Amino acid sequence: MRTFALDFEKPLLELEEKLAQLRRSAAHHAHDGDGEHAALETELHRFERRCSKLQQEIFANLSRWQVVQLSRHPSRPYTLDYVDRLFTDWFELHGDRSFADDHALVGGFCRFDGQPVLVLGQQKGRSAKENHTKRRNFGMPRPEGYRKALRLMKLAERFNRPVICFIDTPGAYPGIDAEERGQAEAIAVCLETMAGLRVPCVSVVIGEGGSGGALAIGVANRILMLQYSWYSVISPEACAAILYRDASKGQKAAEALKVTARDAFEFGVVDELVDEAPGGAHRDPALTAENVRAALRRQLAALSHLTPEQLVEDRYQKFRKLGPIIDAGAPLAT
Amino acid sequence: MTGDPKTSGVAAWYQKVPSRKLPTPDKRARMEGLWIKCDGCEEIVFKGDVEKALSCCPKCDHHFPMGVRQRLSLVLDEGTFVEMDRGLESTDPLNFTDSKKYKDRLKASARTSGEHEAFLSGTGKIGGRDVSIGAFHFGFLGGSMGAVVGEKVTRVFERATELRVPAIVFSASGGARMQEAIFSLMQMAKSSAALARFRAVKQPYISVLLDPTTGGVAASFSFLGDVILAEPKALIGFAGPRVIEQTLRQKLPEGFQRSEFLLEHGMVDAIVPRKELRAKLAQLVELLG
Repeated sequence: MRTFALDFEKPLLELEEKLAQLRRSAAHHAHDGDGEHAALETELHRFERRCSKLQQEIFANLSRWQVVQLSRHPSRPYTLDYVDRLFTDWFELHGDRSFADDHALVGGFCRFDGQPVLVLGQQKGRSAKENHTKRRNFGMPRPEGYRKALRLMKLAERFNRPVICFIDTPGAYPGIDAEERGQAEAIAVCLETMAGLRVPCVSVVIGEGGSGGALAIGVANRILMLQYSWYSVISPEACAAILYRDASKGQKAAEALKVTARDAFEFGVVDELVDEAPGGAHRDPALTAENVRAALRRQLAALSHLTPEQLVEDRYQKFRKLGPIIDAGAPLAT
Repeated sequence: MTGDPKTSGVAAWYQKVPSRKLPTPDKRARMEGLWIKCDGCEEIVFKGDVEKALSCCPKCDHHFPMGVRQRLSLVLDEGTFVEMDRGLESTDPLNFTDSKKYKDRLKASARTSGEHEAFLSGTGKIGGRDVSIGAFHFGFLGGSMGAVVGEKVTRVFERATELRVPAIVFSASGGARMQEAIFSLMQMAKSSAALARFRAVKQPYISVLLDPTTGGVAASFSFLGDVILAEPKALIGFAGPRVIEQTLRQKLPEGFQRSEFLLEHGMVDAIVPRKELRAKLAQLVELLG
């Protein structure tokens, strides 16, 4: 039972509710006279077509802000949902060995198509309760989360296991304790370490790719993004708060920042877009997960031919060329 | 007031329309003539004395912002600085506009700051030793890092790798530049990756954190120094204090995110007053390079 609907989803959900009623009534009248039943069937087909047409219409022209809303849909699959569907033998590992275990960033070893891999990802809580009592913290890691990621990346490198990261965070946690323990340093060390990993790394943005807190597990050979996810230097609301001094202008900022998966793909930052189920990942998590599986297979297979040195070089070149500039000539002495 | 363009509706040609933007620290110092009020002790001090003291307050040693070229001449052996990569320009990849066009902001910033971008880099000598060096100019769009700054920082590390010399970066930045969005974000990865390569040549990278160093710049190469130094009382952190206050809805403790706080929490190696910076850098280059 769906309990939450985005505004632009509502017409579709209402129509689907009517369709469901019609189906029930068709089932009820299944043994009535042929003519009546056939009329109901025709009506049913008509409704189904209307539903799928409406869905296509709504989703063909989503604004950037609507994509951001979908990426935050409370029913959207999170990291551990993909872990459940895509991997076997999951063994979660905890703690950074120096301060704590951060539940906002999970990690563990498991198997993908039988091959052992490391999986890391930010984990949002499904409810307010999960975010607080289970300390998911809305998927905003603290330094200990990044230091756990760092520890596990090094393990993966030592045991020659590919690294698969699921990115889904509004950003690293901006709190007093996080600052005291060196949030900036923790992220920075992840960036440098991941850049030098001698194993294949693939990152998938499954929801929100919020700034440095996302990038910390995003220095990968291949970056994939789900169709309705976003990735940028700052969240649209935070950007609006600075540029327009009004956090409610997130919609405007989302347009200006060009935050969506489609944008990132067109900018050449992202290597592959992964289709979601029609209507968004939350409408059919299983189908969406299968699309992710196919994309991961493809990318890991391509990387499996590279030597450790080539993997590091490949990653270096990927990021080295990001950032369009005009270079007006040779070094200049002053 | 008949001469007031706001009330008369006619702007006299000789009248300057006052800028509504807050003056940058440099500008404020310039505008107020010979005397300035110290932000540290609130005393009125003679500007000439401040300049003589390396832009520090003669009374309380408060560190005022320092121009980027002045900064490099402070630490490098005289006449050894060779500027590199001056010709790099932003392409404005998002065609970004808020209240103003980003392109116009860049031009205006170049005009008022006298610098081409928020980062100045090149090579020079410290105590007779070659170094690859760069420094942020906070006066240029808040020292923010877009593709050009990211490229220049990356080249500082690449040049240091190629020449097998120490790398030194002075950071003073609000973080990654919003106007280049995801490209700015990727500069964090690019520069950190260049640094990862530099480690192989076994030369030191000394990162000096100035007021302020926050956001994506803090969360990449700034905090990756083999040795991390900070100027006294500099604001240093990942999230800016306003963001934290808004998130937590509580006042932050006195001294939070200042250099002394970071030293206390083990996040920087030493706090170095400006007048000692040159000697300390030379010493580190000697000890590690």
